[in-house]
Amino acid sequence: MAPPLLTVENLRVSFPTHAGRVEVVKGISFTLGRERLGIVGESGSGKSMTGRSILKLIRKPGEVTADRLEFDGIDILGQSEKQMRAIRGARISMVMQDPKFSLNPVMTVGEQIAEALVTHQKLPRRDVQARIIEMLRAVRINDPERVVGLFPHEVSGGMGQRIMIAMMLIPEPELLIADEPTSALDVSVQAQVLDIIDELVRNKGMGLILISHDLNLVSRYCDRILVMNAGRVVEECAAGQLENARHPYTKGLLAAMPVLNETRDELPVLDRTQWAGT
Amino acid sequence: MGRHVNAIDLKNLDIAYGDTKVVFDVNLSIPEGESFALVGESGSGKSTILRAIAGLAPDWTGSISVMGEARSHHVDRKVSRQVQMVFQDPYGSLHPRKTIDAALSEPLAIHGIGNRGERVEAMLSAVGLDQRFRFRFPHQLSGGQRQRVAIARALMLEPKVMLLDEPTSALDVSVQAEILNLLKRLRREQGLTFLLVTHNLPVVSFLCDRLAVMQQGRIVEIADVAQLKSGDLREPYSRELLAATETGTGASALAHQTIKEPPVE
Repeated sequence: MAPPLLTVENLRVSFPTHAGRVEVVKGISFTLGRERLGIVGESGSGKSMTGRSILKLIRKPGEVTADRLEFDGIDILGQSEKQMRAIRGARISMVMQDPKFSLNPVMTVGEQIAEALVTHQKLPRRDVQARIIEMLRAVRINDPERVVGLFPHEVSGGMGQRIMIAMMLIPEPELLIADEPTSALDVSVQAQVLDIIDELVRNKGMGLILISHDLNLVSRYCDRILVMNAGRVVEECAAGQLENARHPYTKGLLAAMPVLNETRDELPVLDRTQWAGT
Repeated sequence: MGRHVNAIDLKNLDIAYGDTKVVFDVNLSIPEGESFALVGESGSGKSTILRAIAGLAPDWTGSISVMGEARSHHVDRKVSRQVQMVFQDPYGSLHPRKTIDAALSEPLAIHGIGNRGERVEAMLSAVGLDQRFRFRFPHQLSGGQRQRVAIARALMLEPKVMLLDEPTSALDVSVQAEILNLLKRLRREQGLTFLLVTHNLPVVSFLCDRLAVMQQGRIVEIADVAQLKSGDLREPYSRELLAATETGTGASALAHQTIKEPPVE
């Protein structure tokens, strides 16, 4: 078997508070090959912090420690900021939650995508333009020639998120981290965006980490799922096996969701004192 | 119910924001005691209808009546005794520098209702909040607790109709379940009429009796929840929404449509 793309062992993230250091990620371990991994959990479970620490995006006073945090043989924690710049975007990239805040409002769409590309590759200008148009087509934007000249406020939310995805995928990274990529979007557009991510990830044989609070969504688009609660992984299972989840937290989450053909008069509620780590 | 007063009656309702018309010719009657849902994607005008009923979108033509009385275009105290609204985001809808007590007392003060302390206490326990939250500020509460406060505030004037604008979509799954249970219980105990806006069809299935599907400012279909449960919706657009929910989160049925989005002007 090929060595895994990403190995995480005993990852811990902590922040200082008035009452001492608080650990938000408490020793999680997983490996990732060229597959689709979903991380699910409620707010405050540490799922986004896990995603960010892989890209070394957690700034002081936050502190990240791990026994091992390796991407393709590179020790992430040992990299300098300069070395990280060669990895971020080019080899691992991240799609953030809200396109409104993550696109630069004073640059046109084309300029931003071009920036993402030429930072990592030297290309003649004509090729850059052709690559951008091709990438925008790949994320199913009609009429890309017009869209490259638009500013972020001139496009809709769904289109903005597709532009983000184009930007993140144009340097052809090996690993894509998508942190709640569709939470800011409409239900009907969510599916389009996820299908696009899914298709591109499969075609290019990339690794994907999909971070979300939505169990159904993750089980649909991933091969494997980690369920996180209070900084720990409480359950790991194949996406299809979610119904057979054993941990009471996962079961509780599944039961708490209303279904389309709802017959229950009252929804079961999680007793959160049971798992509250602190 | 016996009485034949409709809680909400909308006739030929058109709503505009400035020069842009967003809701076209909506006709809707909701009998007292019913829980009714408006579903559709964002921009379909569903929240705008709630805002018009609550008086937050005054630029409308047609007629809106609540509990049999027509609503004027201005702030209308008689109407606000009957109708109250709960907003989507509990982080944005509570005044950050007012205590929970102040937020809950304010509607009573405006309407000159006495006995405020007792009413606040009673309402806190009705929405399942401990009395110790009474003198706290919103930032000291979690999202679910804040949404309980927002619901309590809406109920302070003992309205007959609640307008719920995506009351659970900003909340975690397990907290959503708590709030949905709370809403269901309050409706049963106080005989409320709900008009709920959501894009989450399972929530409709849990909480509502009937639903209207909206698309681009128009109601395209009104159906019973039984029809929703059995997948028996007529209009192609409603079926698309349904298919999107059934296959996980909203999936291929919609994804295979051609994407055509006009730029924002």
